[in-house]
Amino acid sequence: MQLARVIGDVVATRKDENLTGLKLLVLQPIAADGTAAGRTLVAVDAAGAGVGETVFFVRGKEASFPFYPLEVPADAGVVGIVDHWDVEG
Amino acid sequence: MQLGRVIGTVVATQKHRKFEGAKLLLVQPLTLDDKPRGTALIAVDALGAGVHEKVLFVMEGRAAGEALGRKLAPVDAAVVGIVDVVDVTE
Repeated sequence: MQLARVIGDVVATRKDENLTGLKLLVLQPIAADGTAAGRTLVAVDAAGAGVGETVFFVRGKEASFPFYPLEVPADAGVVGIVDHWDVEG
Repeated sequence: MQLGRVIGTVVATQKHRKFEGAKLLLVQPLTLDDKPRGTALIAVDALGAGVHEKVLFVMEGRAAGEALGRKLAPVDAAVVGIVDVVDVTE
Protein backbone atom coordinates (compact mmCIF):
# COMPACT_ATOMS: atom_id res chain seq x y z
CA MET A 1 0.00 0.00 0.00
CA GLN A 2 1.06 3.54 -0.62
CA LEU A 3 0.41 7.04 0.63
CA ALA A 4 -1.34 9.47 -1.69
CA ARG A 5 -3.12 12.77 -1.75
CA VAL A 6 -6.60 12.96 -3.24
CA ILE A 7 -6.37 15.75 -5.81
CA GLY A 8 -9.59 15.35 -7.74
CA ASP A 9 -12.40 13.16 -8.88
CA VAL A 10 -13.74 11.68 -12.09
CA VAL A 11 -17.32 11.70 -13.32
CA ALA A 12 -18.29 8.99 -15.80
CA THR A 13 -21.98 8.47 -16.49
CA ARG A 14 -21.45 5.53 -18.78
CA LYS A 15 -19.38 2.92 -17.00
CA ASP A 16 -19.17 -0.73 -16.03
CA GLU A 17 -22.35 -1.51 -14.08
CA ASN A 18 -20.33 -2.80 -11.13
CA LEU A 19 -18.80 0.67 -10.77
CA THR A 20 -22.22 2.25 -10.28
CA GLY A 21 -22.41 4.34 -7.13
CA LEU A 22 -18.68 4.20 -6.45
CA LYS A 23 -16.60 7.31 -6.07
CA LEU A 24 -13.65 7.65 -8.46
CA LEU A 25 -10.78 9.65 -7.01
CA VAL A 26 -7.70 11.11 -8.69
CA LEU A 27 -4.67 10.27 -6.56
CA GLN A 28 -1.17 11.69 -6.49
CA PRO A 29 1.09 9.15 -4.76
CA ILE A 30 3.42 10.78 -2.25
CA ALA A 31 6.74 9.88 -0.68
CA ALA A 32 7.27 9.63 3.07
CA ASP A 33 8.25 13.30 3.11
CA GLY A 34 4.95 14.29 1.54
CA THR A 35 6.30 15.21 -1.88
CA ALA A 36 4.67 13.94 -5.06
CA ALA A 37 6.15 10.64 -6.17
CA GLY A 38 5.16 9.01 -9.42
CA ARG A 39 2.23 9.10 -11.74
CA THR A 40 -1.25 10.18 -10.84
CA LEU A 41 -3.93 7.51 -11.06
CA VAL A 42 -7.64 6.97 -10.56
CA ALA A 43 -8.86 4.75 -7.71
CA VAL A 44 -12.21 3.59 -6.39
CA ASP A 45 -13.03 4.79 -2.91
CA ALA A 46 -13.66 2.25 -0.13
CA ALA A 47 -12.96 4.60 2.78
CA GLY A 48 -15.21 7.62 2.30
CA ALA A 49 -12.30 9.84 1.27
CA GLY A 50 -12.56 13.21 -0.44
CA VAL A 51 -10.48 15.79 -2.25
CA GLY A 52 -7.65 17.26 -0.18
CA GLU A 53 -7.27 14.27 2.11
CA THR A 54 -4.19 12.10 2.55
CA VAL A 55 -5.04 8.45 2.09
CA PHE A 56 -3.49 5.07 1.59
CA PHE A 57 -4.42 2.88 -1.30
CA VAL A 58 -3.93 -0.64 -2.54
CA ARG A 59 -3.07 -1.67 -6.06
CA GLY A 60 -4.24 -4.76 -7.87
CA LYS A 61 -7.18 -7.10 -7.70
CA GLU A 62 -7.37 -6.52 -3.93
CA ALA A 63 -8.85 -3.09 -4.68
CA SER A 64 -12.15 -4.82 -5.45
CA PHE A 65 -12.29 -6.87 -2.21
CA PRO A 66 -14.17 -4.23 -0.16
CA PHE A 67 -17.07 -4.58 -2.58
CA TYR A 68 -17.20 -8.39 -2.57
CA PRO A 69 -19.29 -10.22 -3.81
CA LEU A 70 -19.64 -7.50 -6.46
CA GLU A 71 -16.89 -8.00 -9.02
CA VAL A 72 -15.74 -4.45 -9.37
CA PRO A 73 -13.30 -3.93 -12.25
CA ALA A 74 -10.82 -1.81 -10.33
CA ASP A 75 -7.04 -2.01 -10.11
CA ALA A 76 -6.56 0.62 -7.40
CA GLY A 77 -8.62 1.46 -4.35
CA VAL A 78 -8.48 3.89 -1.44
CA VAL A 79 -8.71 1.81 1.74
CA GLY A 80 -7.86 4.30 4.49
CA ILE A 81 -7.74 7.98 5.34
CA VAL A 82 -4.47 8.94 7.01
CA ASP A 83 -4.70 11.01 10.18
CA HIS A 84 -0.95 11.53 10.34
CA TRP A 85 2.24 9.66 9.72
CA ASP A 86 5.67 9.83 11.25
CA VAL A 87 9.06 9.05 9.82
CA GLU A 88 11.83 8.23 12.25
CA GLY A 89 15.57 8.15 11.67
CA MET B 1 -7.06 3.09 -13.12
CA GLN B 2 -5.80 5.51 -15.72
CA LEU B 3 -7.22 8.13 -18.00
CA GLY B 4 -6.76 7.76 -21.72
CA ARG B 5 -8.07 8.69 -25.11
CA VAL B 6 -9.33 6.18 -27.65
CA ILE B 7 -7.18 6.73 -30.73
CA GLY B 8 -8.22 3.75 -32.80
CA THR B 9 -9.47 0.23 -32.99
CA VAL B 10 -7.78 -3.12 -33.56
CA VAL B 11 -9.24 -5.87 -35.67
CA ALA B 12 -7.93 -9.42 -35.40
CA THR B 13 -9.73 -12.29 -37.07
CA GLN B 14 -7.60 -15.00 -35.58
CA LYS B 15 -7.48 -14.71 -31.81
CA HIS B 16 -7.96 -16.60 -28.57
CA ARG B 17 -11.57 -17.75 -28.19
CA LYS B 18 -12.06 -15.60 -25.09
CA PHE B 19 -11.73 -12.55 -27.35
CA GLU B 20 -14.60 -13.56 -29.59
CA GLY B 21 -16.98 -10.64 -29.99
CA ALA B 22 -14.81 -8.36 -27.89
CA LYS B 23 -14.03 -4.92 -29.23
CA LEU B 24 -10.37 -3.96 -29.11
CA LEU B 25 -9.43 -0.32 -28.76
CA LEU B 26 -6.12 1.48 -29.05
CA VAL B 27 -5.89 3.71 -26.01
CA GLN B 28 -3.33 6.46 -25.50
CA PRO B 29 -2.76 7.05 -21.76
CA LEU B 30 -3.04 10.72 -20.76
CA THR B 31 -1.69 12.93 -18.02
CA LEU B 32 -4.15 15.04 -16.01
CA ASP B 33 -3.55 17.92 -18.44
CA ASP B 34 -4.47 15.70 -21.40
CA LYS B 35 -0.95 15.16 -22.73
CA PRO B 36 0.01 11.72 -24.06
CA ARG B 37 1.91 9.63 -21.52
CA GLY B 38 3.78 6.55 -22.62
CA THR B 39 2.88 4.25 -25.46
CA ALA B 40 -0.61 3.42 -26.65
CA LEU B 41 -1.98 0.07 -25.58
CA ILE B 42 -4.77 -2.28 -26.55
CA ALA B 43 -7.75 -2.50 -24.20
CA VAL B 44 -10.95 -4.53 -24.48
CA ASP B 45 -14.14 -2.50 -24.48
CA ALA B 46 -17.48 -3.68 -23.15
CA LEU B 47 -19.07 -0.22 -23.04
CA GLY B 48 -19.09 0.85 -26.65
CA ALA B 49 -16.54 3.65 -26.35
CA GLY B 50 -15.74 5.40 -29.60
CA VAL B 51 -12.64 6.88 -31.17
CA HIS B 52 -11.69 10.31 -29.67
CA GLU B 53 -13.55 9.62 -26.43
CA LYS B 54 -11.83 10.07 -23.10
CA VAL B 55 -12.02 6.90 -21.04
CA LEU B 56 -11.13 5.34 -17.72
CA PHE B 57 -9.30 2.04 -18.06
CA VAL B 58 -7.87 -0.65 -15.83
CA MET B 59 -4.45 -2.20 -16.35
CA GLU B 60 -4.72 -5.37 -14.33
CA GLY B 61 -5.61 -8.82 -15.54
CA ARG B 62 -8.48 -9.97 -13.39
CA ALA B 63 -10.14 -6.55 -13.31
CA ALA B 64 -9.99 -6.48 -17.09
CA GLY B 65 -11.48 -9.98 -17.26
CA GLU B 66 -14.32 -8.88 -14.98
CA ALA B 67 -15.04 -5.92 -17.22
CA LEU B 68 -15.26 -8.31 -20.11
CA GLY B 69 -17.51 -10.60 -18.04
CA ARG B 70 -15.34 -13.63 -18.73
CA LYS B 71 -13.29 -15.63 -16.30
CA LEU B 72 -9.71 -16.51 -17.19
CA ALA B 73 -9.64 -14.27 -20.23
CA PRO B 74 -6.06 -13.54 -21.31
CA VAL B 75 -6.47 -9.77 -21.11
CA ASP B 76 -4.62 -7.14 -19.12
CA ALA B 77 -6.42 -3.90 -19.93
CA ALA B 78 -10.07 -2.87 -20.28
CA VAL B 79 -12.11 0.30 -20.66
CA VAL B 80 -14.42 0.57 -17.64
CA GLY B 81 -15.81 4.11 -17.99
CA ILE B 82 -16.38 6.95 -20.42
CA VAL B 83 -15.24 10.16 -18.77
CA ASP B 84 -17.60 13.12 -18.53
CA VAL B 85 -15.46 15.34 -16.32
CA VAL B 86 -12.17 15.19 -14.44
CA ASP B 87 -12.12 17.76 -11.67
CA VAL B 88 -8.66 18.41 -10.27
CA THR B 89 -8.43 20.96 -7.52
CA GLU B 90 -4.70 21.03 -6.75
